[in-house]
Amino acid sequence: MISGAEIMAECLKNENVQIAFGYPGAAICPFLDYLYRSPIKNVLVREEQNAAHEASGYARASGKPGVCVATSGPGATNLITGIATAYMDSIPLIVITGQVSSELLGRDVFQEADITGACEPFTKHSYLVKSAADLPRIFKEAFHIASTGRPGPVLIDVPVDIQAEEVPEFVYPQKANIIGYKPRTTGHAMQIKKALSAMAEAKRPVLVCGGGVVLAGARDELVAFAQNSGIPVVSTMMGIGVVPMNSPLYLGMIGMHGHKNANRAMHEADLIILCGARVGDRAVSAPEQMGEKATIIHIDIDPAEIGKNVTAHIPIVGDIRLVLRDFIEQSAVSVPKEWIDAVLRYKKEFVPGGEPDNSSGFVEPRSFMRVLSSLMEEDAILTADVGQNQIWAARNFNVKEGRFLTSGGLGTMGYALPAAIGAKLAKPRRQVLCICGDGSFQMAMCELGTLCQNSVNIKIIVMQNDRLGMVKEIQDNKYGSRYAMTLLQGNPDFVKIAEAYGIPAALATSNEEAERLAREMFTSDRAFILVCRVNPDAPTI
Amino acid sequence: MKYTLSILVENQPGVLSKVSGLFSRRGFNIDSLAVGITEDPAISRITIVVNGDEYIVEQVEKQLNKLIPVIKVKVLQPGMFISCELSLIKVNCQTKQRAEIMKIVELMHAQIVDVATTSLTIQLTDNDEHTQTLISLLKPYGIKEIVRAGTLAIEKGPTTARKQNS
Repeated sequence: MISGAEIMAECLKNENVQIAFGYPGAAICPFLDYLYRSPIKNVLVREEQNAAHEASGYARASGKPGVCVATSGPGATNLITGIATAYMDSIPLIVITGQVSSELLGRDVFQEADITGACEPFTKHSYLVKSAADLPRIFKEAFHIASTGRPGPVLIDVPVDIQAEEVPEFVYPQKANIIGYKPRTTGHAMQIKKALSAMAEAKRPVLVCGGGVVLAGARDELVAFAQNSGIPVVSTMMGIGVVPMNSPLYLGMIGMHGHKNANRAMHEADLIILCGARVGDRAVSAPEQMGEKATIIHIDIDPAEIGKNVTAHIPIVGDIRLVLRDFIEQSAVSVPKEWIDAVLRYKKEFVPGGEPDNSSGFVEPRSFMRVLSSLMEEDAILTADVGQNQIWAARNFNVKEGRFLTSGGLGTMGYALPAAIGAKLAKPRRQVLCICGDGSFQMAMCELGTLCQNSVNIKIIVMQNDRLGMVKEIQDNKYGSRYAMTLLQGNPDFVKIAEAYGIPAALATSNEEAERLAREMFTSDRAFILVCRVNPDAPTI
Repeated sequence: MKYTLSILVENQPGVLSKVSGLFSRRGFNIDSLAVGITEDPAISRITIVVNGDEYIVEQVEKQLNKLIPVIKVKVLQPGMFISCELSLIKVNCQTKQRAEIMKIVELMHAQIVDVATTSLTIQLTDNDEHTQTLISLLKPYGIKEIVRAGTLAIEKGPTTARKQNS
């Protein structure tokens, strides 16, 4: 006989799960007991939301679904922001929650919450398990659903009595067979042909690289196609890092906070090839106008993305990696020289914002991001939080062979620190840098405990301006500089906070000092917190 | 314009809420919804009538297809399907009015399913248009209560909404 809880741990072992992030409670104890006895590493977080973010950072760095665990009721509801964050950015997560005993469901007993119901809008799928015998099938399906097609979080809610229920044997299914779920991966041959002839005719084509390219593992294909065809590339925030930023035909990030030259190329293009980009409102403010000026080819694995925000002339449903391979094999595109010359000229005209000013007593954030990227290894992973720090990083950090992880869709503050911990645990040999603002850092500061407990060597930059800088900027522009709820009075001494955790830390008040301390930070084999004092009026762009 | 969607789903708890939640989340109003088991007890059919334009229907169809327990979604083409709805109408009826109401019921091919001294309950299985006609004919007598089951629809001819290979 084998219990439901043991089956759950066995399922994770069968899926080659190496790490699970979570927080305990009575309703998940049977499972945790078997997880503890398994070879899977358990990471105790300090608040459940961060378990989901850490699993998300792990998933994004490793390419495998991240696993997080919480108990019933408040444990489960604390996960919601993390689940929604992963859903918006299409990150594969397996979320396991304990639930009150089956016979008590719906009676509002202690720590009961209808978590499958509450997460309905932000999970790819969810299960409320009714019998231990269903667990192997459910886990197999959950991993399949989370990691195929358009990835996303899958929730498995297991009542505590089901974890205790004993069944005669454990057999893990070889394959998941879900009648209603068969994602299409190969692009339609006819559509590919149409796309290629549109590319051959185009005078001013632009490739838009979205987060879907990262998720499809299609980085090499995208770079190869861009190089072969000579089509200039712009990226969305989620697509940053796919094309090394020093590539000649990479123009930068588009959108509200994007690079002027990238936006200009988009505006002038007569053919826009959207690769795994959902045309979110931050990337394209007027999607309805896009199709008036340019022919649009839209490639996405999720058919529901096509036609949702922008009308595509040539829709291609499929795995971007396979579609781009088809493009590479079949294309003989030559981009007119005038267009290449024009975009290279725009690029040259572009002046990055922010010059170091050593007299001011502040670190200039934009130039410091460029310094940081020059000090780091080529394949370093960068996580950025949400707010000004995110845009400073997205616009100025030069991502080469590495990765850029941020909450692009939901815009969740407090994402960077736990995501960095998850990423470092997935890729222990790679440098991981976490960039926060003083607002977002305080949303996840408790995770310094998790960091210490697991000796996670990540470098944390806190850009401190004692303001919620991005909102302050909106208030300056639109609300007569009335700083409603934006002044972070009562900020602690972050260096002392670090000391309290035993983490080396330092404060920088000039660019020179920041650079010197950053160099020091990267030579250390321990975690480090570098607090940079930033002028409260430092602009985002 | 009204669109009729025929949706095959796995017969599991929570599926109806996933399907209907998808409509409410996007602010689309469901005009009518009917659910029942199919020839395969593991599969249910949901028939939904939604009011909207082409964009809404395309979005609804694509988003429904994303739901894991949804097996097949078909937007039924106008004129190519039969639809009907079961309605129970309780109407005020004094003894002297009984004959005239019975006449209306007979003309409309409805049935009287309950008789009391001051009321009649009428059952009608017909399409939306005829149901509306009967309701308007009964209105002058005073309608006490109407219970409608929601539209059911099936394609004309041998075509089915079911996937042939499943």
